[in-house]
Amino acid sequence: MSRTEVFLDTFFNAAVMRQYLPDIIDGFFVTCQIAILVVVSGLGLGLVLAIVRSFRISAINAPLIVFVDVLRSLPPLVLILILYFGLPNIGVLLSGYIVLWLVLTLVLAAFAEEIFWAGILSVNAGQWQAARSTGMGYLQTLIYVILPQAVRLTIAPLTNRTIAITKNTALGMVIGVGELLNQATTAQSFAGNATPMMMATVAYLILFVPVVYLGRWIETRFAWKHA
Amino acid sequence: MQDDAALLSISGLRLSYGATEVLKGLDLEARRGEMTFIIGPSGSGKSSLLRCCNRLEEPSAGRILIAGEDITKPGANLNRIRRRIGMVFQSFNLYPHMTAAGNVRLALQKVLKKSRSEADAIAMAQLDRVGLSGHAHQYPAQLSGGQQQRVAIARALALEPAIMLFDEPTSALDPELVGEVLKVMRALKDDGMTMVVVSHEMRFARSAADQVVFIAEGRIVETGPPEQIFENPQVQRTRDFVAQAEH
Ligand SMILES: Nc1ncnc2c1ncn2[C@@H]1O[C@H](COP(=O)(O)OP(=O)(O)OP(=O)(O)O)[C@@H](O)[C@H]1O
Ligand SMILES: [Mg+2]
Repeated sequence: MSRTEVFLDTFFNAAVMRQYLPDIIDGFFVTCQIAILVVVSGLGLGLVLAIVRSFRISAINAPLIVFVDVLRSLPPLVLILILYFGLPNIGVLLSGYIVLWLVLTLVLAAFAEEIFWAGILSVNAGQWQAARSTGMGYLQTLIYVILPQAVRLTIAPLTNRTIAITKNTALGMVIGVGELLNQATTAQSFAGNATPMMMATVAYLILFVPVVYLGRWIETRFAWKHA
Repeated sequence: MQDDAALLSISGLRLSYGATEVLKGLDLEARRGEMTFIIGPSGSGKSSLLRCCNRLEEPSAGRILIAGEDITKPGANLNRIRRRIGMVFQSFNLYPHMTAAGNVRLALQKVLKKSRSEADAIAMAQLDRVGLSGHAHQYPAQLSGGQQQRVAIARALALEPAIMLFDEPTSALDPELVGEVLKVMRALKDDGMTMVVVSHEMRFARSAADQVVFIAEGRIVETGPPEQIFENPQVQRTRDFVAQAEH
């Protein structure tokens, strides 16, 4: 076999592709599912935390800030291992799927809270004054006037962070979640061939490239409307 | 003491930011249907005074009555009070993510709980009043400064305020756009609106104001009709300020 043939046989073997395509597709859908759940719950929780923080109640904000800083500091894998292997010792049994979702949700929420909060702070104080002077309440002002602007200001860091954290669904491999990377490594070891990993690579691109473009699109669209 | 015609009545008003007192005991009355003009050097507390009038700022002492209602008493319903007091800002402060009509509609829907169609009708009428019915569906960024300020005026008027407060409404505008805003303000006065205006537009004050108040360092130095303040000030401090401002 020529070098080229060896290369193609190792990374793009048609027989291996055919054999493991169903597994890779399964993994792809599990990854999609967890990714969507994490994005929705993580961003949602982050937004709620930022709103709570904006009330500036120190008894609530002190623990909130500690929570956020701790989650932003720790590698997600550490949290995943603690929850998956530690919690059963105190009688709490969570499936790998739940642990993965929960950890990534909390981590994304922590980062999103910081980003939303910075956005809230960067909205001009005159916006608050204008809204409050028409008799709108604090929460009304926050929801209808401040947050729409804050979110717009934070689209770029928010999409970057969301993508970075959602990619961590691959950590599910370590705790036996049947996501994309797990399926690919299993297939790779059975087949003794790197083709499944190439398939997973393509699948990740199919999943995330549109997200990257979606983020860019939202950004330019809002930027245009804003200025 | 209490003038029946006084729509806004301020007595002994004090305000501090931290340790610095910026309003040092002010007494002021604005009569119904009149335009009260406030002038004074930068940092004298003019904006702070207006912000106290709708409790965007918390006075440390004093009383403010609006149409006989004490808005400074504890437990006063601020949101209900505020919608009776229109406020217009130097930097317009339009909501950039909403159209002109959307800006006017928001409080109508969220505060007065009007239906979308009702709020829309009022918004169109108010935009028409400031000469902008043709721009209802444009975003602030698509409007000139003068147009933005007129939208801001329409937004305040839509709530049918008892009094309008203007904080340097033309200071951020290019000179050629000042006139259109002053024209709207004059029309409001002709409609009988009670107004308190902080502004450096002395010529406008001469022709439109009923009362001019000169403030310096958190105190009222002199109050009187425009003829007095501009032609024949009784206090040296006023004389100096007017002379320097008119140049
Ligand atoms: N939010 C604030 N916190 C602390 N100090 C403030 C605040 N707002 C105003 N000040 C200070 O209070 C004083 C009065 O300010 P204010 O804005 O009321 O003056 P002004 O007469 O409106 O001035 P200008 O003509 O520049 O608008 C100034 O010394 C200002 O620096
Ligand atoms: Mg000012």
